[in-house]
Amino acid sequence: MSETTASPIGVYTRPKGNTGWRDWITTVDHKKIGILYGATAMLFFLIGGLEALLIRLQLATPDGTVLGADTYNRVYTMHGVTMVFMVIMPLAAAFANYLLPLQIGARDVAFPRLNALSYWVFLFGGLFLNMAWVFGDAPDGGWFAYAPNTGTIFSPGKGMDFYALGLQIMGIASLVSAMNLIVTVLNMRAPGMTLFKMPVFTWMILVVQFLLLFAVPVITVALFLLMFDRNFGANFFNPEMGADPLLWQHLFWIFGHPEVYILILPSFGIISEVIPTFSRKPIFGYPFMVFSGIAIGFMGWGVWAHHMFVSGIGPISVAAFSVSTMFIAVPTGVKILNWLATMWGGKIRFNTPMLFASGVVSMFTIGGLSGVTHSLAPADTQQTDTYYIVAHFHYVIFGGALLGIFAGFYFWWPKAFGHLLNEKLGKWNFWLMIVGFNMTFGPMHILGLQGMSRRIDTYSPGFGFEFWNMFATIGAFIIGLGVLAFLLNVWVSARAAKHAPPVGLDPWDARSLEWFTPNPTPVHNFDDDIQVEALDEFWHRKYGQDEDGRVVRVATAEEVCQDGSATDTHLPSPSYWPIVLAAGLPFIGFGLMYSLWFCVPGGALVLMAIYGWVFEPTDDPDGPHGHGHDDHGHDDQGPDDHGDAGEAAAETAEEAPVG
Amino acid sequence: MADAAAVSHGHGTGTGLSNNKLLMWTFLGSECLLFGGLISTYLIYRGRFGDGPAPGDIFDIPFTSVSSFVLLMSSLTMVLALSALQRGDIRNNRIWLLTTALLGSLFIGGQVYEFTTFLREGLGYTTSPFSSAFFTLTGFHGVHVSLGIVMLMSLLISSFRGTLTKERSETVEIVGLYWHFVDVVWIFIFTVIYLVPSPTS
Repeated sequence: MSETTASPIGVYTRPKGNTGWRDWITTVDHKKIGILYGATAMLFFLIGGLEALLIRLQLATPDGTVLGADTYNRVYTMHGVTMVFMVIMPLAAAFANYLLPLQIGARDVAFPRLNALSYWVFLFGGLFLNMAWVFGDAPDGGWFAYAPNTGTIFSPGKGMDFYALGLQIMGIASLVSAMNLIVTVLNMRAPGMTLFKMPVFTWMILVVQFLLLFAVPVITVALFLLMFDRNFGANFFNPEMGADPLLWQHLFWIFGHPEVYILILPSFGIISEVIPTFSRKPIFGYPFMVFSGIAIGFMGWGVWAHHMFVSGIGPISVAAFSVSTMFIAVPTGVKILNWLATMWGGKIRFNTPMLFASGVVSMFTIGGLSGVTHSLAPADTQQTDTYYIVAHFHYVIFGGALLGIFAGFYFWWPKAFGHLLNEKLGKWNFWLMIVGFNMTFGPMHILGLQGMSRRIDTYSPGFGFEFWNMFATIGAFIIGLGVLAFLLNVWVSARAAKHAPPVGLDPWDARSLEWFTPNPTPVHNFDDDIQVEALDEFWHRKYGQDEDGRVVRVATAEEVCQDGSATDTHLPSPSYWPIVLAAGLPFIGFGLMYSLWFCVPGGALVLMAIYGWVFEPTDDPDGPHGHGHDDHGHDDQGPDDHGDAGEAAAETAEEAPVG
Repeated sequence: MADAAAVSHGHGTGTGLSNNKLLMWTFLGSECLLFGGLISTYLIYRGRFGDGPAPGDIFDIPFTSVSSFVLLMSSLTMVLALSALQRGDIRNNRIWLLTTALLGSLFIGGQVYEFTTFLREGLGYTTSPFSSAFFTLTGFHGVHVSLGIVMLMSLLISSFRGTLTKERSETVEIVGLYWHFVDVVWIFIFTVIYLVPSPTS
């Protein structure tokens, strides 16, 4: 790092201090970025949830008039886009950011500034896309945005431009984050932590990052083609000129099916941490857990056309994708079996995290089984575009991914904030959600098989749809109460924590490396490197065997944990440039939609940020922790500050074509 | 500081590669799928030229072969630039970096010439699915080459500011990875678009 001490241009000093709002916008700390991801995603979750309630109000009674057809199309489109890209994915990113470095015993991620960049790009991309509401022109083509329906002829407004550009911007965030986390896991594990001593959560996040790495560019291509069609008159999706109307569907689902696993695998990882802890047993069949995750990662690429059985792809394709779809249920079934076997014979404690984790196992099983029914092409032909599909993917994404994330909230809340969430409210949270969820989406199986079409804004009386629709709407509002219970819990618990003694070091009798640090995690993470000997290292330091082979406690958490007192750890300095670079992207988006002049300030911001990024000094010599060089082998890997043009250029390569 | 230098060369990391180099490798992995998508789109649309010019009628294979050769040679000069810096030969490093950038620019110049010729002959961006796919695929590749040229020039500026030394040769290596990747992609594109016999009208 000697090369940047030359301090080329005086103005590029690094931000100082780590308090107040300035700290939050300049931070490069993976823990703060994780919290930012989580808080932002929860805000989008409220927006997406509100949209869901509007949908249910519209459908509560026949001939509903709450929204009207046009608004209804926009609301269900934005509900899907929001929940997939702005809620589940960033919530997984929140857990990945916060926990991944801790679970592998690292100081930070490999590239702290790129990590901050990912967050800000995601935030501005999400705001950009939601800005479509303000402009009165929200996208209305469904989250899958089938072209040519989303071309200028059938979607003349700006809505689908917001969609294409907004997702493009958020794609940059996912891609940068994926590269960063892959490097972190592969390069920065604590001494002794081989790949097969990594916690299952870390493994699943790694698989997800590889899926993102290879899936995001495919939707990037699709979105570029759509954008070129809409803005520059290209002919990719124009059947009049001989274009293939299936091209979009293929490109979208080649991204879209891996995306399904991008959504669910982080929650599989979370509950694979929660279930062993609360069953007081090691995870059953760890290698099977890991390899089934990897297998899902590979097989997820070979099933995309089951979304297209009625698109006219031909009997051979249909048969092939039917078979591959049946096969992918196998590794998923392995996981479910292993969770059950982990619980089997364990001394189970049903605290809130465990309740949510059990919710995932049961609800995801229902969603997984209805998924297998789609693999039977003749049945799928009946189910396509009905509420049966809506039921299926909500059981997978809500019952699987979202409940898993809530399990993670309750489990790791003390890690991040130093106090537990209230158990009583937590149980209200869980039961309201699980009851409301089943009331909402369970009947949709029936409605779908009765023939109720999805994406249609209303239905006529007399088809037998009335009862279950009203039932589902009531259920949706019960889910809303569950979410309120969670928000109330956050508030109540934070207030209660002010007067209560701090949570102990090890509230759950946990197993993995992140619990070596005090709660909340100190800014420098670990005082010393941890020499990893085993999977579940933390647990193995607390427990041993007596002469009869029985498991006995050999050490208290106080003896095992670090006290967080190290002050000489080298910390990467905060930086202004990630947020500046990210702020330029929406301007470029508006420029492509309205007037290219907007691209000028956007491009200027991006360029300025890149050069600021490259030329800012490696470290602030007056920074809070300075250069305390001790013998921490990986401390110096934390900062990415080599100030090299290659790196900066590499990360601009993705967005440059937009500009 | 010795620690930092050691880490930047990848000692003590899980893979033995430095973080920066591994980042570039992951990025290039992702790029494969980007170009994969674009090449697939072209393959689907190469025969769909409607009333516009057909690919087989319009391509000037000898011309593009020459510009492809120029681009491939730039990979050679990129290697020479790296090897010069690894020997501590700053002067030759600058010469070869500049040569690489110039060869890249020559390739881009050839592409601009080719595009304008096609435009004159009636193949616009909106003419047919084939034309859209052709210009998008080759255009994306051209943007990648151009970004590579920006990186090379940044290295050159860094060299004249005295910060591109033997110890930092890995930076050149990483930019080189990108540059070679863009060349390899062009081999695929050149084969798929020009060498495989194209439909004629």
